[in-house]
Amino acid sequence: MNDGIDDLYQDVVLEHKRAPRHFGALEAPTNEARGRNPQCGDDVRVQLRVEGGRVADVGFQGQGCAICIASASMMSEAVMKQDLETVRALHKRFRAVLTGRAEPEGANLGKLASLAGVSRYPNRIKCALLGWHALMHALDGAVQTSDAPAEEIAP
Amino acid sequence: MGDMLKPSVLAGAFPALAQAVHGEPLAYLDNAATTQMPEAVIEAMRRFESTDRANIHRGVHTLSQRATDAFERSRAELKRFIGAGAAHELVFTSGTTESLNLVAHGLSDAAQGRAFLQPGDEIVVSGLEHHANLLPWQAAARRSGAKLRILEPDRDGRLHADDLAALLGPRTLVFAVTACANATGERPPYEELLALAAEAGALTVLDAAQAVAHEVPRLSQLPCDFIAFSGHKMYGPMGIGVLAGRRAALERLAPLRLGGDMVEWVTQQGATFAELPARLEGGTPNVGGAVGIAAAASFIDTIGREAIDAHVRSLRAHAAAGLSALGGVTVLSPHAERSAIVSFVCEGVHPHDLGTLLDGEGVAVRTGHHCAQPLLDQLGTGATTRASFALYNTHEEVERLVAGVARALEMMR
Repeated sequence: MNDGIDDLYQDVVLEHKRAPRHFGALEAPTNEARGRNPQCGDDVRVQLRVEGGRVADVGFQGQGCAICIASASMMSEAVMKQDLETVRALHKRFRAVLTGRAEPEGANLGKLASLAGVSRYPNRIKCALLGWHALMHALDGAVQTSDAPAEEIAP
Repeated sequence: MGDMLKPSVLAGAFPALAQAVHGEPLAYLDNAATTQMPEAVIEAMRRFESTDRANIHRGVHTLSQRATDAFERSRAELKRFIGAGAAHELVFTSGTTESLNLVAHGLSDAAQGRAFLQPGDEIVVSGLEHHANLLPWQAAARRSGAKLRILEPDRDGRLHADDLAALLGPRTLVFAVTACANATGERPPYEELLALAAEAGALTVLDAAQAVAHEVPRLSQLPCDFIAFSGHKMYGPMGIGVLAGRRAALERLAPLRLGGDMVEWVTQQGATFAELPARLEGGTPNVGGAVGIAAAASFIDTIGREAIDAHVRSLRAHAAAGLSALGGVTVLSPHAERSAIVSFVCEGVHPHDLGTLLDGEGVAVRTGHHCAQPLLDQLGTGATTRASFALYNTHEEVERLVAGVARALEMMR
């Protein structure tokens, strides 16, 4: 097996895949949206409770590959209690690293840096961004967008 | 267990296979998507493009005549290959998708007069189909007002003649079915199904894309009005395919592509169409592709279609047995003996992760819905991993596949 694979599936990634954080439904979400990848059937719903411009609570549900679930799980940890500007900026930096437009060093991604290896697998970038796509869609939508349409995503 | 081609022969015969991927010898198990081309096919196309290339028909110069001859020789070779008789004709298309669209559109288009399909008529399509044999019929139903009915598979993914008999009625004008389901590897009893539909008076359509490389249908022995297949799934080039069938059925089709070469007489306000096959081949055809697909047919017969069929079935059986023996792996259509496709799901391991892990070991498989989303939804499997075999694959490659899946299960769970 080549080294790239071990780099892609780091222990921390597999650990989040096996035990995703904040997995489940929120009781009173203010925002939510769903991301789907029609190619593989991956389907992630992200719910938020936004209070005073901050993420007071976050949860996600659905199914996906290890990269998709681990990314959504680490995302939920990273955005918890953060203000929305910080969340948007983190998304921007994470996306830039995954799409090869920024180096992971200095991107200040925390645990999410463990997914930087995805950038070498163009077919898998959309897996790592699916939860993020839903999160951004939830933030962009009006409050109580509980029936936000599913969207296809492009890396 | 013997293998068909020795590794030493393989490298020369199929240049694309002689390479390493991620440092491992390539085990190419994605043949249901596209097969690799042998040197004989590449060389036939190179020869055409470098000595005989010109536009066909009507040209009075030497190269145009040579190109026309090459195109018509290819047609004759393919008619022979599929056992077409005097009552059959064969037209070249860009592939199976265009062939099936040509039929569905041609039976529902009223642009040239009354469409074959009318409101209240019925189209029956099997639930095993690739999107290419479903979406054109959805569109045909919308266009004509006909009703689309689905011959559902049972929980194991099989089709049954009794179920079809119950669906057929006096308004059933079309029945379309696959010769082998690309998503599951199921090989339906299509001979029996086509016969039932034909007896009921329906036009019959066979998608032979997944069968033509090893279990070549014999057209003159089948109650089949239309058969469709692609060059690139039978060791030939991409961008070329075939629609063949009974001449009388092909004549019912309104042409999909209007323009050059398919007309008899044109005025500013109207046109009369040429006879078959030109009528359905508007525009400059893929002549080099036609030469390539004919060379591929001839290559298959040089190796021997029965021998190829026996070999890929044996690889499929080997893979199905090896994968089923791993805990947590479910093989779809495990009963499908006459198939070159093994599709499976692993508990706790997503197909995309499995596909990436296998690629890291040089093993190429396909993952996802395989353009058959309704079928996989109905079977409740969701996305799958699919390995599909060709004459150049070996039992050692099957072992690598099974071992790779076992390692992935261990790592991911």
